[in-house]
Amino acid sequence: MKLSENRISENRTRAKPRSTRVRPVLRRFPVPLRVIGYTAVAMVGLLYLMPFVIQLVTGFKTDPDAASHPLGLIPVTPTTAAYQRLFGLSQAGDGVPFLRWLGNSTVIAVVVTASRVLFASMAGYALARLRFPGRTLLFGFLLAFMAVPPVALLIPKFLVLNTFGLFDTYTGMIVPLMVDAAQVFIMKQFFESIPREVEEAARVDGAGVFRTYWSVVLPMARPALITVTILAFQSSWNEFTHFLVSTQSSQYETLTTGLARMVSGGLGGGTQYPLKLAAALLATLPVAALFFCFQRYFVQGANAGAVKE
Amino acid sequence: MFPRTTSHPRPAARSRAGGGPRTADSPGTPDAPGEPGPAAAPRAKPAPRVGRRGEGIWGWLFVSPMVTILGLFMVLPILMALWVSLLNWDGQSNPFSTDAQFVGLDNYRDLLTRDGLDRTLFATSLRNNLYYVLLTVPLQTGVALTLALIVNQKLLRGRGALRTAFFFPSVTSSIAVSTVFLFLFQGSGAVNTALSWIGVKGPNWFNDPRGVLSLLLGGLGIVDPDDPSGALAGHSFLGLSWFEWLSGPSVAMCTIILLAVWTTSGTFMLIFLAALQDIPRELEESAAIEGVSRFQMLRYVILPALRPVLFLVLTLGLIATWQVFDQVYVMGQGAPGNTTLTPAFLSYASAFDNADFGQGMAIAFILLALILTMTVLQRFLLRERTPRPRRTR
Repeated sequence: MKLSENRISENRTRAKPRSTRVRPVLRRFPVPLRVIGYTAVAMVGLLYLMPFVIQLVTGFKTDPDAASHPLGLIPVTPTTAAYQRLFGLSQAGDGVPFLRWLGNSTVIAVVVTASRVLFASMAGYALARLRFPGRTLLFGFLLAFMAVPPVALLIPKFLVLNTFGLFDTYTGMIVPLMVDAAQVFIMKQFFESIPREVEEAARVDGAGVFRTYWSVVLPMARPALITVTILAFQSSWNEFTHFLVSTQSSQYETLTTGLARMVSGGLGGGTQYPLKLAAALLATLPVAALFFCFQRYFVQGANAGAVKE
Repeated sequence: MFPRTTSHPRPAARSRAGGGPRTADSPGTPDAPGEPGPAAAPRAKPAPRVGRRGEGIWGWLFVSPMVTILGLFMVLPILMALWVSLLNWDGQSNPFSTDAQFVGLDNYRDLLTRDGLDRTLFATSLRNNLYYVLLTVPLQTGVALTLALIVNQKLLRGRGALRTAFFFPSVTSSIAVSTVFLFLFQGSGAVNTALSWIGVKGPNWFNDPRGVLSLLLGGLGIVDPDDPSGALAGHSFLGLSWFEWLSGPSVAMCTIILLAVWTTSGTFMLIFLAALQDIPRELEESAAIEGVSRFQMLRYVILPALRPVLFLVLTLGLIATWQVFDQVYVMGQGAPGNTTLTPAFLSYASAFDNADFGQGMAIAFILLALILTMTVLQRFLLRERTPRPRRTR
């Protein structure tokens, strides 16, 4: 992995010294200041982590315990009732078809991610390398599309889905998400950064356009493909507004729309925070797992997002 | 986009190298139908604009999924919505038949000029979002810059872990973290419990519609928040009294602002961090030789170097904060007292809750115009400031 993906970026980074411990420019702080600094920084770090810790702990509390000791880090009477309800293991699982949400979210995220990666790499390659009439214009449109705020498209999208009879169908949930303009842009930028010589050599050897793209260019594009895959999965897993306007039946509820309905008052009988927080935690887990495994691709994605605007 | 000069000589060179039997050595590739054969490509001329065989067709094939989907679900919706924003349409019938009543610019007039509930609600949502923007953008930028400066300390132990902790909220689902914040900010929730340890009685966050500014001024005895009077209460703009315009974000809105700062600062921290690591080391070293203090280093070396990125982060924030929707949907839906209502949510609610799609579309278009204006402004200004360093690659 290391070898292939860094072949290109190495050229750029090699100029820098390789040492891991760079000597600081200014001298260190004196010890007392350092102690204060570390304490302050640790507090800030806690501020970012505590909500998740509280969320995790509360999921194992009973309702009264969660209400009376919201900050308690150890449940008074630990229980897995919330998780049992979510997974349908106890009788009280009414109104929370969690497994259905999970299934919908998973299927949609997988299909959307796969098609986003394929279509973004195809379009990005064409925009970067192939000469065809209207390319410059198309790229101009792409830049314009990236500026269209998704929120302003909410009702318009409903209108189109409704007109085509796609409202409240899986097709209507999935197809509009299958291309993301920003990801096309990321792929285009990447393809422009890799040297042409390899492709040219493949062409000379007689490979056609598709063959060159599929067997020569795509393998070289692995880092960008991973970045786009992760971005696409994260955004389709967390997608909320599109599902909100493209469906109304509960059978199409995903983790986000289901959880939002449950939280904003669709659930009778008390606040049931352990249940809600457990569901929210499970909805966070897949992206969290990806994040801790592939953090640097998330970082690249964040910085690519900065360049795009 | 890339310099043409580099790509021009190559097709010509290859056509010489490949020579005649080019059809023979590419058996695996389906030829595009209707394309002129290789023999048709003139050799002596410099490479034509559409250089390689069938590239035009392949190009369009490759972009066709993108063109189809963006066309159907981005261009078409906007065109259809422009039409529907001129109708009085309830979402039931076909808006393109004669059933729907054409009302011209009435939907826009209701929002902007005609006195009434629609305009008051819209003005309220604008006010709420304006305060949201005014507080969130500087706060998230400041916090992100501070976090980036912390994580950029070369000698700080555990900076990798810290970076992870700061960035993590940004990647999670907005619905899930909003749920967590609902729990934390309940009347007798975790935040108020923590506040009570230091002797502060926290407000009933999500049920408190009072404006923070009027509370503050009320606390100083300047105005009476419960019984506004005088010129501010007597005069209005867009159907909302000046007192209401100036009362500040409600306590409930402040929790959404806190949530926004907490979730977005990580992403912006990374943008700052990348810029910090791009500052040439020589610059800092020569400043150090001059004997500058830490503060001077920050003030005269680091911040000036960060200026373009600072501007980028500010404008990105400005564009994003006008679109706040998910958090509002989960945490308030406009309540209490319409103080968490935002244009984006109002647009959704008028269409789907009140079945007034024309009105919803009109709001969406006003919002779109607002955001696009800022985007155009941003792109224009950024182009002026960065003398295209990226063109080189």
